[in-house]
Amino acid sequence: MSGLIVDDISMTFELPDGGNVEALKNVSIDIKEGELISVLGPSGCGKTTLLNILAGFLAPTGGKISLNNEVVTGPSSERGMVFQQGALFEWMNVSKNIGFGPSMKGTPQSDINNRVTELLGIVGLQDFSEKMIYELSGGMQQRVALARCLANDPDVILMDEPLGALDALTREKMQSLVLDIWKKTGKTIILITHSVEEALLLGERLIVMAPRPGRIHKQYNLPFAEMGVGADLREVKRHKKFGPTRDEILSMIWDMEEEIMGRTESA
Amino acid sequence: MLQELLDVIVTTLWMIVGISAIFGIFLAVSGLVYFVWNFINSKKDQFRGYGSLKTVTFGDESSVSANRVASISGVITVFLIWMIATGSNLLPFKILPVAFVGDTQFEYTATNAAGDTDKATVKVRVTPFGNSDTEKLVAPETSDGFAKDDVVMVAERRAKLLRAQRNDDGGAEEGFRVTEINGQPIEPNQIVQVDNGSVLMTGAGSLQVRPYTGPTMEALYLPPPEQVWDRFLQLNSEGYQGVGLWENVMWSLIRVVLGFFLGCLFGIPLGFAMGLNSWLRGWFDPIVEFMRPVPPLALIPLVIIWFGIGEQGKVSLLFLAALWIMIIGARAGVSGVNISKVHAAYSLGATKTQLLSKVILPNSLPEIFTAARVAMGVCWGTVVAAELVAAEKGAGKMIIAASKFQLTDIVIIGIIIIGVIGFGIDVLMRMAENKLVPWKGRG
Repeated sequence: MSGLIVDDISMTFELPDGGNVEALKNVSIDIKEGELISVLGPSGCGKTTLLNILAGFLAPTGGKISLNNEVVTGPSSERGMVFQQGALFEWMNVSKNIGFGPSMKGTPQSDINNRVTELLGIVGLQDFSEKMIYELSGGMQQRVALARCLANDPDVILMDEPLGALDALTREKMQSLVLDIWKKTGKTIILITHSVEEALLLGERLIVMAPRPGRIHKQYNLPFAEMGVGADLREVKRHKKFGPTRDEILSMIWDMEEEIMGRTESA
Repeated sequence: MLQELLDVIVTTLWMIVGISAIFGIFLAVSGLVYFVWNFINSKKDQFRGYGSLKTVTFGDESSVSANRVASISGVITVFLIWMIATGSNLLPFKILPVAFVGDTQFEYTATNAAGDTDKATVKVRVTPFGNSDTEKLVAPETSDGFAKDDVVMVAERRAKLLRAQRNDDGGAEEGFRVTEINGQPIEPNQIVQVDNGSVLMTGAGSLQVRPYTGPTMEALYLPPPEQVWDRFLQLNSEGYQGVGLWENVMWSLIRVVLGFFLGCLFGIPLGFAMGLNSWLRGWFDPIVEFMRPVPPLALIPLVIIWFGIGEQGKVSLLFLAALWIMIIGARAGVSGVNISKVHAAYSLGATKTQLLSKVILPNSLPEIFTAARVAMGVCWGTVVAAELVAAEKGAGKMIIAASKFQLTDIVIIGIIIIGVIGFGIDVLMRMAENKLVPWKGRG
């Protein structure tokens, strides 16, 4: 079966004092090709650990990940990643950053140039190709990060709170951009976020994770991502099911946080 | 031991007084110039940029920048103090009285064995410092009475003994003595003031002629600027001890560049290795951490024992001075790489070699440049010190050799050139840094 399969992943860290932390326990997800998945959860629920395992930066202590029937053992250009911030190369200009992946593979320069021009158009940075990274605003930098990831034509795009550091207006624009890219390219996208609204807007499937041990708490299949493609996201948020779902998930996470606080205090 | 310690403490306390006095004068001049400048400027329309509209400036470091007028007047003040203290000829008039140079005279009264008195004149010619080809005074042949006129040639600020009775009739007889100078009575071990100086009678009855010295500094301790400039021109054309001025400086620079180059050649890869591999970090860590705090100057004796005083010893010393700094700079550069950049590069399909050359190397350039600036400064200081100890050529060699002949002007020229070149190196490194790592501090 093709697609990305998360098969019974567990991740246990040993502490220096001999104790154990179960960052993830028996997590299984089947992700179909072209699916847009958002992962939400309180801090400490292991969602970043899960993403690092998916990217191949961490090896799980139990279970396995496979992409297109191949077991994941390390980072690879099949699984592109968009980081929150600071992962762009400041010593290169925008074009060089976007063309980094293809040039690592030895792609001919003319092909790289064509690909970069095409991607600059997709993320709306046509006029900034020669700018240095530190000359761009935070939103533009994340556009570059998206383009850089797309340049490699990965099968799966992993996003680790890519919009977390942006202001509300820029964030909304970037959310539309992510939906556009998803629709245009048909990529499988897994997005981790802290924001419940963002998770609702950018998830065909929304996975809510719970902490201690990190596990999947609940999954939702949502219509909002499909509705949001090419549409006004504020319109989507006025949908009659949007508000109640948001409130339900918010109180779910609120309860989890309360539980953690309570446990810490009694411990 | 306790007494010595006490002496040091007392000396230090006196130094506080002296340093405060010097700073006090300098600050007083600064305050004066400030008020004069503000007074002149208060009548002009002032430029009102964004910064001038800030109401909170005290404590806001960003609103403090070096005032150019203050910088220039500060440097001018240093030169002015130098000129005043040395009685420089560059000043339109002397602010402090300077040492007497030229011709003067006094009269002495001698009493011979018979009890008669007679007067004679002593002509004194005070010659300028270091100038030996002044015309000699000639004693007049004709003189009435038994006391005969004398002549004395004495160098500026020096004293000279004169046996005035030597040429007097009956001067060798028992009971012949000098009783008055310019009409004032004098006894052995007494001093009489005369025009442009004083005269001391020694215990044996000779006269010590002491021309007026004044409060200005002697050229031996601090030569006036014009003398230093003249010496600079002379050094520039003739060199010193057969080695040209710029040849000396070039040799110092060549050693620094070679030692620094070796330090970078080995230090940067070693630093990278220590930043990338646990075994190599463990292997080199004790050595690096031990050698880092050892000042390179402390290695000079060992280096001389091992390599002698030739070029190899100097370059080895500078290599050791630069090596540890470059290792630590490169290591810090590697550990400063944001992990998400490394993850991103691997996710984009980079190999380890590509990661090293395309991500880690450029990302650590700012740290490496900072280390290089420090290393260059340390190397420059070390080369001068090493040359002071033993060398055939070099800026340090030139000043230590000149100091042995009390050629203070050459020492000062050397110090100024060393300072200017040290500053120049740092400026060049900073320019290279701005050119090569424009993203520094903006990541």
